[in-house]
Amino acid sequence: MAHAHATTASDQNVWNGGVAPLGASYGKLMMWFFLLSDAFTFSGLLITYGLVRSSHPAFSGLADAFAFSHDYWPIPEKVFEAVPFLHGISLPLVFVGIMTFILIMSSVTMVLAVEAGHRMDQKAVEKWMLWTILGGLTFLGCQAWEWTHFIVGTDVATKVTDFIFVNGELTKITKDVYGANLHINQYGPQDFADFFFFITGFHGFHVFSGVLLNFLIYYNTVTGVYNRRGHYEMVEKVGLYWHFVDLVWVFVFTFFYLV
Amino acid sequence: MAHHAHEPEVVVLPPDKAKIKKLWTVAGILGAITAVEFIVAFAVPHGFFKTSVFVIMTIVKAGYIVGEFMHLKYEAKVLFWSVLIPIVFIVWMLIAFLYEGFQLSDVNFI
Repeated sequence: MAHAHATTASDQNVWNGGVAPLGASYGKLMMWFFLLSDAFTFSGLLITYGLVRSSHPAFSGLADAFAFSHDYWPIPEKVFEAVPFLHGISLPLVFVGIMTFILIMSSVTMVLAVEAGHRMDQKAVEKWMLWTILGGLTFLGCQAWEWTHFIVGTDVATKVTDFIFVNGELTKITKDVYGANLHINQYGPQDFADFFFFITGFHGFHVFSGVLLNFLIYYNTVTGVYNRRGHYEMVEKVGLYWHFVDLVWVFVFTFFYLV
Repeated sequence: MAHHAHEPEVVVLPPDKAKIKKLWTVAGILGAITAVEFIVAFAVPHGFFKTSVFVIMTIVKAGYIVGEFMHLKYEAKVLFWSVLIPIVFIVWMLIAFLYEGFQLSDVNFI
């Protein structure tokens, strides 16, 4: 078990560092406190999203009558309703639901790799790490598709009012806007697109880093590093990080897509 | 790697069936809650009640992930609480910022 590796060396006494505080190794403790600080970062982003959203008017009509406009915050399920290969069919939140399942499944395979590591079962750790990496890559692929769709936009443009200088005079014009980036947004207020890119992007970057770390663990397992070391605690530490990435997605799913 | 001569003798233990079954049960619960959230998203009209349901379900999911997958439930109590107690700062920030947001809304749009 993990706690067997928690103490540093059996011949050291308490005053010489022969005891692990909180019953966990240094690496595991530091991972926990890093994740706590990362939780603050993500909370800051999601709560600021809540602040900006609640300072904008909400759409007050019936959901069926909803149309994109800069005058109110969009209903998320009206924005995220596309699924690959099913162009033109409205499937609200289906794709993001699939992404959630993928990430939960890769969290399960990770915890199975940790369980295999406790038993020193190299072959099982390799198998479950490969599934975890595959899950992470699939999630990243889905996110790339979702971003592309969000940036390119829908078939029908949104009419957006803008002010430009014509012969030195400020003139009101109406223009067609497709998709969104950091300057324009067809779905609603500009802040909505900015938060989408920042929050899902920051999470996606965590997933990307996690896949790299998972690959490193897989590589070290295959080359027998952990067998020689006598324990698989690195799988546990990176596992903590990977579960945290899943945890953050649970919150992003609720507060960005569902509410 | 040229360490094959020094490969240690490793004793591989058999799989812990009960533990693995529990992990899959937790995965099933997480999947089921997500499915229910998906249904609630379309079956319940927008409002305070719907948001509350989502928040409660999200906290339940977070509890399972942190408690079971991240094993925090079974760590030393001091570690458990030193991770959980700082979360009150997040709760405080949430309340303060949402209050501020509604005030801003009043200033800007009414």
